[in-house]
Formats: sequence, C-alpha cells, structure tokens
Amino acid sequence: MKTIATLSLLLISMAAQAETPQQIRQIYVTEAAIQQAGFTAAAKRGEAFYHQRFGINDKMPVCTSCHTDDPLKSGQHAVTGKAIKPLAVAANGERFSDPAKVEKWFGRNCKEVIGRACTPAEKADFVAYMSEVR
Amino acid sequence: MKFLIPLAFLAMALPALADRMPLPANTPASFKAECGSCHLAYPPALLAAKDWKSTMAGLSDHFGSDAAVDAKSGQEIAAFLERNAGNAAKLGNAGSPPRITLSARFVRKHDEVPAKFWRDPRIKSAANCEACHRDATKGGFSERDIIIPELRH
Ligand code: HEC
Ligand code: HEC
Repeated sequence: MKTIATLSLLLISMAAQAETPQQIRQIYVTEAAIQQAGFTAAAKRGEAFYHQRFGINDKMPVCTSCHTDDPLKSGQHAVTGKAIKPLAVAANGERFSDPAKVEKWFGRNCKEVIGRACTPAEKADFVAYMSEVR
Repeated sequence: MKFLIPLAFLAMALPALADRMPLPANTPASFKAECGSCHLAYPPALLAAKDWKSTMAGLSDHFGSDAAVDAKSGQEIAAFLERNAGNAAKLGNAGSPPRITLSARFVRKHDEVPAKFWRDPRIKSAANCEACHRDATKGGFSERDIIIPELRH
C-alpha cells in the first residue's frame, strides 16, 4: 500500500514537472517502437510532414496555414486571426515542455487539419523537427 | 477611511462602463488557458448566461474546432462565465451557436465600421477583437485604443 502511495506521488510530481523536448520526443519514440521495432525519430520526416498539404480543411489545409512556412516565426490562426507564438524550440523555449499540453494540441490539430489522429511516429518526427530547426 | 468609501463606489461603477471590461480578479486560470489560446479570452459580460451554457455544452464541435476541456475545467469555466454573464435583454439574441459578434449590442456598437474592414486580411474575423482594439486582452475597448487610424473618429 505504502509503495503504491509513494509511486503515485512520484508519478504526479513527474507529470507536474516541466519536461524537455527530448523527454517528450522519447515518450512518442517509445510508443512508436511498439508498432515498429527499432523506430528512431527523424527531423527531416517531421519537416516534410509539417509542409504536407492534407487539404481536408480548406481554411487550414496544412500545418503552415497557421504556423507559417518557417516555424521560427510567429504565426496567425487562419480563422480567428489570433497571433500564435513560434513552434520551434529555438525561437520559443516554452514549446514542448508539458506532455499533456503537447498531446492536447496534437489531438485537436491533427483532427482538424488531417482529419484523423496522428501516429506516435508522426508525433516523434514532428517534435524532433521542432526541437532541431534553427 | 472616509475617502475609501467613494473610492469603493467608483471601483464598483467602473466595470459598468462599456469600454472597460477587464476579466474579474477571480477569473480561473483554466479560463485564460483554455479559452484564450485560439482567440481572445472574451469578457464574460458579452454573452448571456444561457449562451455561455450552450457554448460550454458544445465544445467538442466549436466552430469547426475541437475545444473540449477536461470535466473539472469545464465546470469551473462554465460556472465562472455564467456568474459573470451579461444582461440578456441588453445584449439581444446572439444566434445559435451563440456569437458575441452577432449579438444586437455588438452590432450596434460597431455599426460605424465599414464592411471592408471585416473582410480585411489583417483582421480576418470580427471575432478577432485584438486586431482593432489594442488593449482587448486587458479589457480596453475605448475609441482611443483603436489600432486602425481610419476607425478612430
Ligand atoms: C482550438 C481552438 C479554440 C479553442 C480552444 C476555443 N475556441 Fe472559441 N472559437 C474558435 C474558433 C475557430 C471560433 C470561430 C471564430 C470566427 O469565426 O472568427 C471561435 C469562436 C468563439 C466564440 C464566438 C466568437 C464570435 O464570433 O462572437 C465564442 C463565444 C467562443 N469561441 C468561446 C470560447 C470559449 C468559452 C472557449 C473555452 C472553453 C473557447 N472558445 C475555446 C476556436 C477555439
Ligand atoms: C474592425 C475592427 C474591430 C473589430 C475586429 C472589433 N471592434 Fe470593437 N469597436 C471597433 C470600433 C471602430 C469601435 C467604436 C469605437 C468608438 O467609437 O467608441 C468599437 C467599439 C467597441 C465597443 C464599445 C466601446 C464603447 O465605448 O462603448 C466594445 C465593447 C467593443 N468594440 C468590443 C469588441 C469585441 C469584444 C470585439 C471582438 C469580439 C470587437 N470589438 C472587435 C472596431 C472593432
């Protein structure tokens, strides 16, 4: 009983703690490796995915519709017009530091732009690109 | 001590002014985080309680976006919005799904804005308050703080 309590405390404190983009990428890599043994994340694939035109939503056919061609720059919501801070870690150190937030926005935006959930492999590649792009 | 009393009255009277609508001091952090990411965290006084209720009930299909929140935040935000909602009779019908920008009061306050501005690519949408109201995030909607010079008259 006591160990369960300590363990859950540990889990809670881990979840509340800010993580690094590397840790978040690792969460997705581990998940992807279950389906695809030996999977490693690639920033190049993440970059291609970022620019891929899915076209199921005419207001936001591609990630760049809101985030611009250059993730180091500020974007603008394609419908509401609200300014969006850069996605790239090099330009915005707050990015990819909260696993729940990252998961929430992948959930929303994959559904909205691609029309389905993103796979763990796609998420790992995307985080790799956003962490490495300079 | 005596001067504190008129001051308190003044503070109470201020939020009633149409061009000052700062978020109340006890605004839950969840409201700013969940409802201020895709657009301005709109002042709760700009919709009636029943309209906030229906907005909060339909978050998973919110103007084409998925704005769903966890149950705890959902309850907290709904309670906050309904508690600080505006007067339904003064706001007028806001449509379904409710839009601040369709409410009779909004339309009346903006009847001098020429149509071309609503279509301007810098503005994109009437719901983009910050494109014209520089201090919208702080609740400032006064004429002085309009960004676009042609609209300051
Ligand atoms: C994932 C993005 C997203 C999130 C999160 C979000 N919204 Fe919205 N919201 C939108 C979009 C898109 C519109 C439509 C804007 C337009 O047509 O210009 C909108 C419009 C609105 C409008 C109507 C604006 C008008 O035209 O008058 C209200 C009110 C509103 N949202 C309230 C909320 C509340 C309350 C929350 C938090 C529970 C929230 N929104 C969270 C995307 C979002
Ligand atoms: C195209 C530019 C534009 C946009 C977008 C816009 N407004 Fe305005 N708004 C104006 C102008 C111009 C006035 C009139 C200022 C004046 O003459 O007092 C005004 C007036 C107002 C007033 C009345 C202030 C008073 O003195 O009574 C309020 C409140 C207001 N706007 C709220 C909003 C909100 C909330 C939004 C977003 C949902 C919004 N506005 C979007 C341009 C805009």
